[in-house]
Parts: sequence; structure tokens; C-alpha cells
Amino acid sequence: MRGRAPDPRFWLLLPALLVLLVTFVLPVGGLLARAFTQPEPGFQNFALLWERPVYLQVIWNTVMISAAATPVALILGFPVAHAMAHGSPRTRRLLIFLVLIPFWTSLLVRSFATVILLQRRGPLNTLLMNIGVIDTPLPLIYNLTGVLLGAVQTLLPFVIFPLYSSMKRIDPSLMQAALTLGAGPVRAFLRVYLPLSLPGLMTGATLVFISMLGYFVIPALLGGPQETMVAQMIQDQIAQLGSWGVAGAMSFVLLAITAGLLALLHKLVGLKAVAR
Amino acid sequence: MTQPTAGALLELSGVRKRYGQQVAVDDVSLALREGEFLTFLGPSGSGKTTTLMMVAGLQQPDAGSIILRGKAVDRLPPYKRDIGMVFQHYALFPHMTVRRNIAFPLEMRGTPKAEASRLVDEALAMVGLPHHGERLPRELSGGQQQRVALARAMVYRPALLLMDEPLGALDKSLREQLQLEIKRLHRERRMSVLYVTHDQSEALTMSDRIAVFNDGRIEQIGAPADLYERPASRFVAGFVGETNFLTGEALGRDGNGARVSLAGVAMPVSDRFLATPGSRVSVAVRPERVRLSTTGEGVPAELVDLIYLGNARRFVLRLAGGAEWTALMQADAAEASEIEPGQTVRVSWQGMHATAFPM
Repeated sequence: MRGRAPDPRFWLLLPALLVLLVTFVLPVGGLLARAFTQPEPGFQNFALLWERPVYLQVIWNTVMISAAATPVALILGFPVAHAMAHGSPRTRRLLIFLVLIPFWTSLLVRSFATVILLQRRGPLNTLLMNIGVIDTPLPLIYNLTGVLLGAVQTLLPFVIFPLYSSMKRIDPSLMQAALTLGAGPVRAFLRVYLPLSLPGLMTGATLVFISMLGYFVIPALLGGPQETMVAQMIQDQIAQLGSWGVAGAMSFVLLAITAGLLALLHKLVGLKAVAR
Repeated sequence: MTQPTAGALLELSGVRKRYGQQVAVDDVSLALREGEFLTFLGPSGSGKTTTLMMVAGLQQPDAGSIILRGKAVDRLPPYKRDIGMVFQHYALFPHMTVRRNIAFPLEMRGTPKAEASRLVDEALAMVGLPHHGERLPRELSGGQQQRVALARAMVYRPALLLMDEPLGALDKSLREQLQLEIKRLHRERRMSVLYVTHDQSEALTMSDRIAVFNDGRIEQIGAPADLYERPASRFVAGFVGETNFLTGEALGRDGNGARVSLAGVAMPVSDRFLATPGSRVSVAVRPERVRLSTTGEGVPAELVDLIYLGNARRFVLRLAGGAEWTALMQADAAEASEIEPGQTVRVSWQGMHATAFPM
């Protein structure tokens, strides 16, 4: 057992690795282990998830809400990333600044601000009614719309930055070439630009979807009972029912979905060998 | 001013383009004949690429008109102009194979599959890459990529082929090889070509005519020999080929042509430009037209260095007054002259080979 001496720089990583081990790996591992050990060893917690429709419903909700938020975030983020990648340096700096601002604000504060904005007699409904677009207030909150609006605004940076880094590598003369070769702007976009921005789109979509799977604050504040997500259910199981086993099983399912998606992404982006 | 030219394939008149305060192209007019190889030559920022981009439709002119095959195209988008374009960095679609790159313009035009496939095979053979169809662009060398780009821009036989410094990213020997190949394709396919380069030797080698750009304007347009032998301005004389310059004073004309006083010696110049006697002029002489002798008439000079070029010798001279000149002599003539570095010589030339530009 006489391996080579480790690179001395390894010791610099050690503090961070220790922190991760103590505050992340051990507790999460502990929670996941409880799925199989509490109240007694076995798979009864998973059997419970399978038998009670409410649990499956919440898991299904979580996946569907995340799946709905993803395309919305991609469509909204795409033009922003494009302007960032191909605009002037001034535009780029301004957009990066604007996209990063939300990171400097507490998620809770932003979510409550969204509650005020979207509520029945909130500024948005009042404005729409005053200009005569609608007669009665739109139900913008405590439903799927509220969750999506709240979620998408917090998730946009996660699509914009991967897209930006993909798009930055697309030579603008490729679009010019497509135009001179007879492709109109739409066909040039669909045949050349879109396929080349695919790695960024895939990464962005995965980041949004996976982050959204674990969302807690936003569905709790902006959603209704129909939009209960797995994270809320886990919290209920632990804080109100004290059933760590079921919570562990739900965490396990969430983790499995995430890992599956990451594996799929790796396979797709790795195999397709798109653009460089 | 250029008059509308009958039978011109492409005609630009009074084309202007500015970016903010910067005038990029200032009143450019020219005509390109069917089947002609016309080159825009000039330093970077001279407006040559901007002009090409306006012909392609990738830039919009602020004023002037662009007529292709008798039809005004200046308001048409690129995909409705009948052009092909080759870019400096190839601009091949990295996610498509070579075949699909070349088939792209045919597909955009709705060419039937079988016909398209035949044309792609033909284009691949034309550029000498018959077995590279299934490769991705990144698996090819720079020279091969540019051949593919050439095939892609020619496969649908556009009325006009535009090339924006297509060889600029390649090394010297590959560049020379592709120059010949592009010339061959131009000849065989009777293509009309508008070619942009900043490399004057490339322009001289390839072109039927050259338009020399400077500061957004065309300084001179003509056959390579016209530009080289009879430059219209001091800029053209300096940019196209190598030139020695010396400042002097115009003396007027006598029975043998015009004369100029250089370093106190009266020397002959061609009478293409009439300078008022007494005005300052810049005299331009090509290195291969410079004659050196140990006796007789001429501007005194010291031979500073003698450079061995194999088939020729380059003499580096310091003329009276300080200007540094070079003279180029074939090997046998140079050896016969028996001039050694450090020696004082007389520099002279025939009047027809010297041009005095007003300053």
C-alpha cells in the first residue's frame, strides 16, 4: 500500500470536502437511509408511497409542474441569451447585471413581492381592469399560474447562462452563410442556429427541471393545494407527522428522478457531439 | 464617373455606407462583366469587405444602387439574390457532414433529391474531395474545409460568386495551391467572381481586373499590368507591388519627356502627370527597373547590403538625401555588375519606368 504522495494542493481541498461531508453527505445519506430503516427495516415506506394515491399524486404534480416551467423558461431565456452572446459588449454587461440581480435578493422576499403583485386586488389585476382588458380579476395566484410565474422568474438565470455559453461559440458568419445559400431567416435559424445551441438548451432545461423538482418556497407561497410539491410533502412528513421514513423514501424518489435525468443528459449531449 | 455599362453582370453606382461618424464606403461605382474575375484589393478598413457585404445583402447601403443581372437588388435580402459566398473562416455548418453542407443550398431551393445528390457528387469531385462526403467539417484540414465551402457556394451555380479573403487563414504553400485551383474553377465553370484580399500578389496572380480600395474609395480599377505599370496614385504605386519613392522637384519637359530634380540630379520621368515646374513631386520606381552603374549619370547612392535570393539579388541602397531603395537584379546580371557593399554607385532608370506623383 505505497501509493504516490498526493499532490500537495490536495490538502487545500480538504476543508471544503470535510464541510461537504459533515453538512451534506452524512445528513442526506442519513435521511435516505431512514427510508429503509424506519420505523423498521424493509421497503414498507416505498410500498406506502405506491399505495396511497396522494403521495403518487404529489410526485406526479411535481414532475408535471417542473415539466411545464421548463419550456416557459427556455422560450423566455432564449432571446436574452442571444442578445447577450451576439450584442455589443455594453448590452452584454447590462444583461448580465440584470440577470444576476435576482440572486442578490432573498427568495422569500421575492416570492412575497410576487404574491402582492399577483393577488386578486394586486397591481397587475388592477392595471388590466383599468385599461379594460378584463372585467373581473384573473386568478393569478394560489394556482398553477402563480407557481409558474414565480418559478420561471427565479429559474431564468439557469437557462440564460448555459445558453449564452453555447451561443457565444456560434460563429455569426454561419447565419450569414445560411442566408447567402438561400435560407430565409426562419429556416436558417431552425437548421443552423437552433441545432448549434442545443447543448445549451439541454443543459438549461435540465438545470431548470431539476431545480424545480426541489422547489419549496414558491409552491408554498404562490400555489394552491393542487400544486403541492414533493418538498412540501417531505416537510409535512417530518415537521407534522414525524415520519422520517416516508420523508426519506420521497427524497429517495426525488433523487432517483434527478439522477436519471442527469444520466440521460450526459448520454444525449455526450453522444450527439453537437457543435465542437 | 462610370457610365451604365452594357452587358454588365453586376453594377454598383454611388454606393455609400457609414457606421456612425465613420464613412466606410464613399461613393463606389464599378461594373463587373459576365465571367470576369474582379478583385477588391486594399488595406484593412479600406471598405472592400463592406462593399462585398453590400453586394451579398448582408449590409445595407445608405445610398447608391446595386444592380445584378439588370435587376436592382439593394433592397433584396441575401437569400433572394442569386449569389454564392465563401467566407474567410469557411463558415461550414459544424453539425452537418460535408455532403449535407454542400446539399444545403440545393435543399433550400427545393432541388429534387436524386438531382441534388448527383450535383453534390459532382461538386465534391470538382474540388478534389470525392471521398470526404461523410466527414464532419472539423475532421478536415483548413484547406479541405475551404474547398468544401467553395463547393457549397458553387453547387447551385449562382450568378455571382463572392469571396471574402478566402485564403487568409491558410499557410503560404496551401494558399498558392488554392489560388491556382480557384483560377481553374473560374475558367472551367465560367464563373463571375468578386474576390476580396489584402494580399497584392494574390490579387495580381488571380484577377482579370483589380479595384484598389483606400479610405472607402476606389483609387484605381484596371488589369493587373495597368495597376503595376501605370499606377494612378502614389497609394496604388505603394500598395501594389514593391516601389521605391524619392521626393524631388519638377523641372518641366524637354524633347525627351519630363524631368525631375532628385538630390540635385536631373532625372527622367514619364509624362503621365503634369506637375508645375518647381512643385514637389514623389518619384516612384520599381526595384526591377532600377539600374546601377559605377560611372555615368544618376543619383549617387551607397550600396548598404547585398541580399542573396537564389535566382536574383537584392541591392539595398542609401541614396543621397537618405532614402533607402532596393534594386532587384537577376543572378547573372548581378554577378556581372561586380558591385560590392560599401561601394558608391549611380542609380538610374528609363523615364518610362518612373512616375512622378504630385504631392
